[in-house]
Amino acid sequence: MSSTPLLGTQSLDARYGDFQALFGVDISIGAGEVVAVIGANGAGKSTLLKTISGLLPAPREAVRFDGEPIGGLRPGEIARRGIALVPEGRRLFASLSVEENLCMGLRSGRQGPWTLDAVYALFPMLRGKRSQPATALSGGQQQMVAIGRALMANPRLLMCDEISLGLAPIVVKEIYDALPAIVEGGLTTVIVEQDVGLARLMSNRLYCLQEGRVTLAGASGEVTREQITRAYFGDTQEHAR
Amino acid sequence: MIGWLNTIVQGVLLGGLYALFAMGLSLTFGVMRLTNIAHGDFIVLAAFGAFAITSQTGVGALGALACLLPLSLAFGYGLQRSVLNATLARDPLPSLVVTFGLSIIIQNVLQEIFSADPRSIPAGSLATASLRLVQGISVGVLPVLIFAVAVTVAWSLQWLFARTAIGCVFRATSDDRETAELMGLDARVVYASASALAFAVIAIAGVLQGMRTTVSPADGPGLLLYAFEAVVIGGLGSFWGTLAGGVILGVTQTIGFRLDPGWGLWLGHVVFLVVLLLRPAGLFPRMR
Repeated sequence: MSSTPLLGTQSLDARYGDFQALFGVDISIGAGEVVAVIGANGAGKSTLLKTISGLLPAPREAVRFDGEPIGGLRPGEIARRGIALVPEGRRLFASLSVEENLCMGLRSGRQGPWTLDAVYALFPMLRGKRSQPATALSGGQQQMVAIGRALMANPRLLMCDEISLGLAPIVVKEIYDALPAIVEGGLTTVIVEQDVGLARLMSNRLYCLQEGRVTLAGASGEVTREQITRAYFGDTQEHAR
Repeated sequence: MIGWLNTIVQGVLLGGLYALFAMGLSLTFGVMRLTNIAHGDFIVLAAFGAFAITSQTGVGALGALACLLPLSLAFGYGLQRSVLNATLARDPLPSLVVTFGLSIIIQNVLQEIFSADPRSIPAGSLATASLRLVQGISVGVLPVLIFAVAVTVAWSLQWLFARTAIGCVFRATSDDRETAELMGLDARVVYASASALAFAVIAIAGVLQGMRTTVSPADGPGLLLYAFEAVVIGGLGSFWGTLAGGVILGVTQTIGFRLDPGWGLWLGHVVFLVVLLLRPAGLFPRMR
């Protein structure tokens, strides 16, 4: 890992109106890492990704990407700098075909290895459905379109928000089977995942959030189940007192 | 019998003009859910702009339109960037209030400069030229040209939205603004581009309205009403739907006028209300 991380947040707070969702979050992601962010519902995982993407306001210096402060820039500007988000719930464009959805990724104006052919090679079943409306696909296929669309932006940082949400286990496996091919070229990736086992398996490092705070950070292979349980639910001993 | 056929033919041709009024409205509402209350007033403004150009420089109506088109594109883009973007929110009220205000300003400024007299844009020999289709049915060359322009505009917009990259961007931003921005777009620029396009259609509609009949500064709200009715009758699915909505409105009005000179506009409103009651999504809603 190089000395300057690709992405770093520093004392990052986030709010929805009066409700504070993140409290002083510090994370640091090096180029080429695959980092998982885990935590219970409402722990702030999606909020973290939304804030990094510019969908939620942040102080300029609180988020740094490739050495540059990017907190609170417009989402379009952040996307053009090379951060792509696969949003929770897929958020495909309903009036666009599969291929048109994929081509929206080109709007980042970035060049790289990910082209339509590369995405179709990664998810072959999409090729035959290229001209169908994106919403006519099954949930798993829609998720593939959402991932393909983000890849078409040729990002330097790919962030996937709960790509297993609402999908059958076999479909989830199918999608995660594609992950090694995605990251093999050194693409830095953040995955937010409810399934802790899957998250550990897929990542080099992980962060656990609880009620908007980082409660655990470590190498995915080294943290123990017990540590994760405590980071997930809080110190039950302490709550009891 | 031939008299009724004639009425319908004239109504279809009138409907072309209504469709031109409606397509700009359909475009801005479709892309950004903006209801522009000043839409009719902008059509009138364009007509007066063309009137001023023709009377000051002596160029013909077509020359005036050629001058007006780039101005309209720039004006639409600028207005959206500087004023209208700030009014767009989940709550439609700010945009309604602001465009209502613009409507009042435009009407009064036009009245101040041009007085309340109706004006028209000289169309030369085109104004009176006519074609006899069959015994008993003659059509004006200008209304036929206007209808052809309406079909061309509908086809062009339809093609642009369905087949081009910018059309794809318009549809995507309309579907989900936030996700469109995640793709690297700036929705403010997308909206401004859509407005520029809508104002180009407004300029065309204004010049043709001024050539076909007269315009006076207070005409805008009436034109807005026709545009609204055409959009609602046609549904927001496609520009072909808007064209059909305009044609249905035009035919209904001319049939009304034939039945009784006082019934024309009234019957148009009745058909509009009936469609709104029975098919709130319009006759040609989005297919997919």
